[in-house]
Amino acid sequence: MKRFLLAASVIALAAAATPVSAETVRWARSGDALTLDPHSQNQGVTHTFNHHIYETLLDRDSEGTLQGRLATEWKVKEGDPTVWVFTLRQGVTFHDGAAFTAEDVVFSLDRARSEKSNMKQLHADVESVTAVDDYTVEVKMKGPSPLYPNNLTNTFMMDKTWAETNDVVEVQDFGAGEDNYAVRNTNGTGPYKLVSRDPDVRSVLALNENHWAETKPAVTEIIYLPIAEAATRVAALLSGEVDIVQDVPVQDIERLAGTSGIKVETGPENRVIYFGYKFGEEPLKSSNVTDKNPFNDPKVREAMELAIDREAIKRVVMRGQSIPTGVPTPPFVNGWTPELDAYPATNVEAAKSLLADAGYPDGFTVTLDTPNNRYVNDEAISQAVVGMLGQIGIKVTLASRPIAQHSPVIINNESDFYLLGWGVPTFDSAYIFNDLVHTKEGHYGAYNVGLYSNPELDAKIESLGTEVDLEKRDATIAEIWEVVKGDRVLLPIHNQVLAYAMKDNITLEVHPENQPRIYTVTFD
Amino acid sequence: MLSFILKRLVQSVVVMLVVALIAFMLFRYVGDPVASMLGQESRIQDHDALRERLGLNDPFYVQFANFISNAVRGEFGISYRLQQPVSELIASRLPATIELAFASALMALVIGVTLGVMSALKPRSIATALVMTLSLVGVSLPTFLIGIGLIYVFAVELQWLPSFGRGAVVDLGWWKTGLLTESGLRSLILPAITLSLFQLTLIMRLVRAEMLEVLRQDYIKFARARGLSARTINFGHALKNTLVPVITITGLQLGSVIAFAIVTETVFQWPGVGSLFVNSVQVVDVPVMAAYLMFIAFVFVVINLIVDILYYVVDPRLRIGRAAQ
Repeated sequence: MKRFLLAASVIALAAAATPVSAETVRWARSGDALTLDPHSQNQGVTHTFNHHIYETLLDRDSEGTLQGRLATEWKVKEGDPTVWVFTLRQGVTFHDGAAFTAEDVVFSLDRARSEKSNMKQLHADVESVTAVDDYTVEVKMKGPSPLYPNNLTNTFMMDKTWAETNDVVEVQDFGAGEDNYAVRNTNGTGPYKLVSRDPDVRSVLALNENHWAETKPAVTEIIYLPIAEAATRVAALLSGEVDIVQDVPVQDIERLAGTSGIKVETGPENRVIYFGYKFGEEPLKSSNVTDKNPFNDPKVREAMELAIDREAIKRVVMRGQSIPTGVPTPPFVNGWTPELDAYPATNVEAAKSLLADAGYPDGFTVTLDTPNNRYVNDEAISQAVVGMLGQIGIKVTLASRPIAQHSPVIINNESDFYLLGWGVPTFDSAYIFNDLVHTKEGHYGAYNVGLYSNPELDAKIESLGTEVDLEKRDATIAEIWEVVKGDRVLLPIHNQVLAYAMKDNITLEVHPENQPRIYTVTFD
Repeated sequence: MLSFILKRLVQSVVVMLVVALIAFMLFRYVGDPVASMLGQESRIQDHDALRERLGLNDPFYVQFANFISNAVRGEFGISYRLQQPVSELIASRLPATIELAFASALMALVIGVTLGVMSALKPRSIATALVMTLSLVGVSLPTFLIGIGLIYVFAVELQWLPSFGRGAVVDLGWWKTGLLTESGLRSLILPAITLSLFQLTLIMRLVRAEMLEVLRQDYIKFARARGLSARTINFGHALKNTLVPVITITGLQLGSVIAFAIVTETVFQWPGVGSLFVNSVQVVDVPVMAAYLMFIAFVFVVINLIVDILYYVVDPRLRIGRAAQ
């Protein structure tokens, strides 16, 4: 028996050591794409997968810089600042052989703007899209929109004829009670074609031999394997059953990096983690201070910032995998500066005296709402902050919920004190100001949970949307940041760091939007 | 007989309705599906519009009535998460769960009975003490830990078996089976062990207790006195008489194995209905959750119905009692 076991283990090891065909990559992450309909969901995992099958007019490289993909050139029309002109790449074909032309772009942008599309918010300022000739498209905006191209990096191009033939002109309607053809079938221009798909289980993509790019990807076949359980995902890499693992738990990074045959690539993500609090005179719902709102006092907000030890959070909670920051914007974003990013050193004594000055020598109580399954170690960050604020007498009760239950609390402004993360897909500060800083009204301030309101800032924020003079615009952004940081509108903690683990003969760069592109993989 | 079955059927329908009602009441506390469907870019008015389209603004009883009337026709709507018909999703995931459940039930039965008989026949041997102690450990460790432990030992360290998934499957048209391929069978081993461990312990202890009881009976003594071989006595007479409760328990437990495969399926990324349910809970995919709970209720109801009918057939007292009324 012993000999048999030995023999069996030798055979098993030999089988495991046999190199997989260098061209196939087995790629595991925690979740599956929700749909293949490119305009139905505005969600990172879905976009990441679809970027391999469909293509966008513009794209970002791993530095976050805007680059042409299906568009070769984009500029504001001379004489009319409200029109963007896109010149399309020639000689591009869809997987079914149809040529990619301007009418497909018009169709796709119209579809992305349609009522049931989840991409429509990014195209809210578009008035009309027209084809000038086969390879030129004009997008007429409702007003000057100098940053519209930033919104195009996840809007995929579909074939008009294919969509009409298969009755998918409209985006999937959840309420309709039936699924449409585009949810499970694709016809893109991308470097890979869909071979098979079993949602939540396994999807296979094969190289599109007719892709326009001159250099062919090194990977000829992608096997995409969602593995929900983190420990199993890591085990699958250790046992050699997968080649690339995304969503690596921070506590496993060190161990994986120390394992022979495996390497871990880390890089900053375009996502900041911050705390927010309620502004206004009205007393907090969850506090023992019932006659006023302690958060409304700038001294209290300063005391909280001084009490929080960002470096300790990085060291203990994040195991070194975070970039502490003093401004609620990731460094990729236009408007970020090292000066803004600086944060004060922790000083518990100064914090205590500030709190006493503000009239709370014994502190106060408040409830902190935190998600526990959305961001990296979100609940643990909140627990750490509970302890840190406890040191200066602010007694925090933690209310921890899954994101599905945390979201309604946030969106309905029901929280006094909360943790949230914010990604900036446009790579521009205006995106942060619009949703987090502007007074909550109409299209603005959707996630201004603390109901901060500064009419002077509101006017400046609104001007960013239409300012064509980019230098002047950047100056306004700087002015706004100064007030936002000075007022401590939000309490930023850190920028998240992404980690991809892979076999050590593979190189895959970390993408700031956590959208790794397998067609950029190289082998040693 | 017919009236008995009819009565039981009516009771079953009531049970299903109550399950549906409780499930529906719980869904109000699991969170807002719209928030996870629309994401960060969306506006409050988009949320309201989608909620209206999904019928989430209707009063509770209207939603419930709609759900029931659709469910009766076998329609459970579209999954919010995967945007595919729910009935189709569950049907495509069911073979994986059923194969896993049956494999683990079989494993539990065979190993459990064997070990149970052994430990009853040699109650004082070291092997028995060892098995009994180990079984205590097995029953007290959470399924999750057992699964991760097995993955670590057999997939990562020894690399004998796959750590996740179902391997290659063969499509028979109406059933995708993993039992016909080598990788499918290899993939089945670890999850089946994990899922069977609890039942195995249960069966083993049940067989042991019953067997010890039976071995003390007079007819066993007489059988010995007649000079029958130990083998005939132990297996022909003693074991046979211990099996009735074992079969009942195993049958009833099969329902629980299907229902509680959730943790095992999650740990091993086994593509069954349990992992579908877990993924759905996280994003409040109400149509899938509702259909899954109804399905599990249905499984229990059917198994109980069959057991009840069997009892009726087997036990004459039930029939006489009815006739006398």
